[in-house]
Amino acid sequence: MHIRLLIKSLILNSVLIHAVQSAESGGMPQLNPEFWISQIFWLIISFGSLLIVLSKIILPKISSNLESRKSQIIDNIETAEKQREQAEKKINEFEKIILESKIKAKTLINESRQKIIENINKKKGILESQINDEIEIAEKEISDLKKKAPEKINIIAIETSADLLKEVIGVEVNKSSVSAIVEDLSKKNKEKYYGV
Amino acid sequence: MYQFNVYRIGPEIKLGEIDISFTNASLFMVISSIAIIIIFNLGSKKNSLIPGRLQLISELSYSFVSKMISDTAGSKAKPYFSFIFSLFMFVLFCNMFGMIPYSFTVTSHIIVTFVLAAFIFIGVTIIGFVKHGFGYLKLFVPSGVPFVLLPLIVVIEIISYLSRPISLSVRLFANMMAGHTMMKVFGGFVVSLGIIGGWLPLSFSVALTGLEILVAFLQAYVFAILTCIYLNDALNLHH
Repeated sequence: MHIRLLIKSLILNSVLIHAVQSAESGGMPQLNPEFWISQIFWLIISFGSLLIVLSKIILPKISSNLESRKSQIIDNIETAEKQREQAEKKINEFEKIILESKIKAKTLINESRQKIIENINKKKGILESQINDEIEIAEKEISDLKKKAPEKINIIAIETSADLLKEVIGVEVNKSSVSAIVEDLSKKNKEKYYGV
Repeated sequence: MYQFNVYRIGPEIKLGEIDISFTNASLFMVISSIAIIIIFNLGSKKNSLIPGRLQLISELSYSFVSKMISDTAGSKAKPYFSFIFSLFMFVLFCNMFGMIPYSFTVTSHIIVTFVLAAFIFIGVTIIGFVKHGFGYLKLFVPSGVPFVLLPLIVVIEIISYLSRPISLSVRLFANMMAGHTMMKVFGGFVVSLGIIGGWLPLSFSVALTGLEILVAFLQAYVFAILTCIYLNDALNLHH
């Protein structure tokens, strides 16, 4: 680095010497020392005042501006972080509440289902017993009717056969003899008539 | 070379025997300083959370320079921040004002850049001796060099150290002068080649203007960063 600088400065020095030579022929105003002192003087004045104003007034302001922005941003980030934590807490609470209410709803559903099933079962039992009772009554009536049916049929048969005989023969037949025959027949053909 | 001429503005001012008249060079130094002060004053006036244009400019340049210093010279160079910031801004504004047609480029004069560089050189040397005492002379003796080569290396190091103000000042001066001269040469071609052939040098001149603006920034940056590097040598003795 230093050696390179050295070489560069040597080259530039030779350029400068060349420039000096050309300045002697009136080429470069840079090498005319007429206003050198004035330039140095005004450089010191302008650069010095610039340095003082910048270092005393402006640069501290800019740095404090940057600092305050930094701290403001950090503050904002902190509050945002806090709010995010709060929001997360709230979300957790909310989820807890939802879970609890879900459980409650499930138990409610189960309880009511059990109640309904019990109710249905009770009603079913009552209905079945009623149905059974009615079936029993109906069966009794049927069996009564079955028992009474041959007697009635016999009576009808006796009367119809007596009337038939009267119409065909014209003779009044003794009812008791007819009934004896009918009874005899019905006994014989009981299987055939009633299927018993 | 009319553009580099220095001439008196207003009356002749004399301090004893010395002529310190106000010249066009002085005018542009003062204009640059005032422009810097106005821009940065306006930029630092309001402290809004979302910066405006001028505030952004001033804050970006502040952080740019402070990053440059901390990268090259470390945290020890913090007290010299305002000097390096002023230096960078002064050279930058002088270079940029020189890009305006019919204006004067302060930094195209070797005496101006040399005074700046010499001030930096002397200041850095004083800082080095104050911080390290005579230990600062170790700067000229790099570690790990064979004993036989030491006399040669020390001589080279001393020469390179002493040539610092010359290289620093001539670099800025030569760059600014060469650029402006080149633009003048191409401008002269435009005139001499006339309406038919003048377009080519004209386009060159336009391109050179862009290049010169880049150089104006770059040379200000180089000037400031070399100052930081010299300061780094003085503050943190590495050798």
